[in-house]
Amino acid sequence: MPLIEIDNLHVTFGKGRDAVRAVRGVSVSVAACESFGLVGESGSGKSTILRAICGLAPVTGGNIRINGVPMPKRRTKAFSKRIQMVFQDPYAALHPKRSVDATLAEPLAIHGIAGRDERVVRAMHDVGLDPRFRFRYPHQLSGGQRQRVVIARALMLEPEILLLDEPTSALDASVQAEVLNLLARLRVERSLTYLMVSHDLAVIDHMCDRLAVMQNGQVVEQLDRAALANDGAVEPYTRALFRASEHDTMGRVFPE
Amino acid sequence: MSLLEVETLRVAFDTEAGPVEAVRGISFAVDRERVAIVGESGSGKSVTGRSILRLVRPPGRVAADRMHFDGQDLLALSERRMRAIRGQRIAMVMQDPKFALNPVMTIGDQMTEGLRYRDGMSRRKARSIAIEMLAAVQIRDGERVMRAYPHEMSGGMGQRVMIAMMLIPDPDLLIADEPTSALDVTVQAEILAILDDLVKQRGMGLIFISHDLRLVSRFCDRVLVMYRGKIVERLDANHLERAQHPYTRGLLNCLPSIGGDRGALPVLNRDAAWAE
Ligand SMILES: Nc1ncnc2c1ncn2[C@@H]1O[C@H](COP(=O)(O)OP(=O)(O)OP(=O)(O)O)[C@@H](O)[C@H]1O
Ligand SMILES: Nc1ncnc2c1ncn2[C@@H]1O[C@H](COP(=O)(O)OP(=O)(O)OP(=O)(O)O)[C@@H](O)[C@H]1O
Ligand SMILES: [Mg+2]
Ligand SMILES: [Mg+2]
Repeated sequence: MPLIEIDNLHVTFGKGRDAVRAVRGVSVSVAACESFGLVGESGSGKSTILRAICGLAPVTGGNIRINGVPMPKRRTKAFSKRIQMVFQDPYAALHPKRSVDATLAEPLAIHGIAGRDERVVRAMHDVGLDPRFRFRYPHQLSGGQRQRVVIARALMLEPEILLLDEPTSALDASVQAEVLNLLARLRVERSLTYLMVSHDLAVIDHMCDRLAVMQNGQVVEQLDRAALANDGAVEPYTRALFRASEHDTMGRVFPE
Repeated sequence: MSLLEVETLRVAFDTEAGPVEAVRGISFAVDRERVAIVGESGSGKSVTGRSILRLVRPPGRVAADRMHFDGQDLLALSERRMRAIRGQRIAMVMQDPKFALNPVMTIGDQMTEGLRYRDGMSRRKARSIAIEMLAAVQIRDGERVMRAYPHEMSGGMGQRVMIAMMLIPDPDLLIADEPTSALDVTVQAEILAILDDLVKQRGMGLIFISHDLRLVSRFCDRVLVMYRGKIVERLDANHLERAQHPYTRGLLNCLPSIGGDRGALPVLNRDAAWAE
């Protein structure tokens, strides 16, 4: 049985002439310990799917089941301990009046987990944040530093499922490599399951076993890593993305 | 004389834990060309961009030996004169577009505000210019987006709305802070083509802040590499292979590639001496 089952999901925002059918009949399933990628056009509904899993989007049809159990209507404490999301928009995801320390400690307090200081320090270390940032507020951090706070917070509760929305888009290559290595290592060590969105096909390929390609609210293609590498994509959008990304890696600036 | 001249710019913030030197004496000039600022997360790229527009607020402190834009001394301008330059002659695409936009005003009202109240344009004309600009950044349902609020945009749409908005006044200098970080290569190419056109056809100056060295090597003319608040290297974009600095040289090895072996990616072992 898949760990995450999304079955004919529909999400519609607003109504009347401004109704947006952001997700239109998407079915995806992710096995336990699998890492699944979502790619697709900007505005195609990727973030909306992740938000729907967290109960943060107006689902108008279909089902989402975790381990065979339909999602609770409201997010329960037990649910958030199991599933955590790294939001695409780090600024919006962080409380402006809460320091890094308070942000990271909050989930521990809610769930009555001990070892606060030690866990906060370790989480910061894990995402490559210098300890001197511990008592800073979001506006006192750079874009990439904020993104790392959001990732660290999602890891605090040691969830079994991580929904990652463009987790490294604001990071330079060296910090991105550190974060991707951390995520890959944690997945093995803690048997985690990832559902990950990225606009960077190379990042998805590095992290994920399978991927789905979205366009206009629908999944237009699902393929595994081998198919991607062997030029097995069929949809024109996937092919364009692949060709452009391939060109990207071919054009190495420094010869090896 | 260059369009923008910056000499020995320093920016420091006072925090409870003591002063933070975000920018430590950098000098550069920008003409009607595409200049990239690349560098590690936290190296001072955004703060540099914001200090040109006087957007660093106390307790941040900005000091420079000289900061001239088109012959005007930016350090000496009154706040009123600065406001006239900001957004009109020098525009900045912020790194967190949704945060930079007004959350309680529709995208359409924000995009047409300047055209209507400053340029005295009719509502209809302003709207059609805004929708045209949205179409240029590949937003197809411009009519709907004009009526929407920033939180109703996807990540990449917010980025494109911000770019469209900043280009409407036809600035002489555009500071674009990670303008395409949420966009896939296909949309990114369209946005870069627009910027390229503005530089080549209309002589706009462009400061392109990015962490993506590959992108920059293809798109820009010159590259400034920042590390811990300093410019540690200046390169011709098409000769990045001449890079000497270990930070610059190490960066590209860290990137994953399609069909790679999925082993741990190489990371940089930062050397304290790099910051000197
Ligand atoms: N709260 C909302 N109200 C109205 N429309 C929304 C809302 N959130 C998202 N949308 C719309 O739903 C569509 C899908 O958005 P979503 O954020 O899922 O896209 P995405 O695939 O994540 O794109 P990106 O890669 O640009 O982040 C977009 O057209 C967006 O404008
Ligand atoms: N208001 C502030 N108070 C204290 N420190 C600050 C403040 N704003 C920025 N900083 C610090 O200044 C340094 C430079 O920040 P800046 O935002 O310019 O980085 P950046 O190069 O744009 O990084 P990124 O690629 O992550 O966006 C960072 O270490 C940041 O933490
Ligand atoms: Mg998104
Ligand atoms: Mg920045």
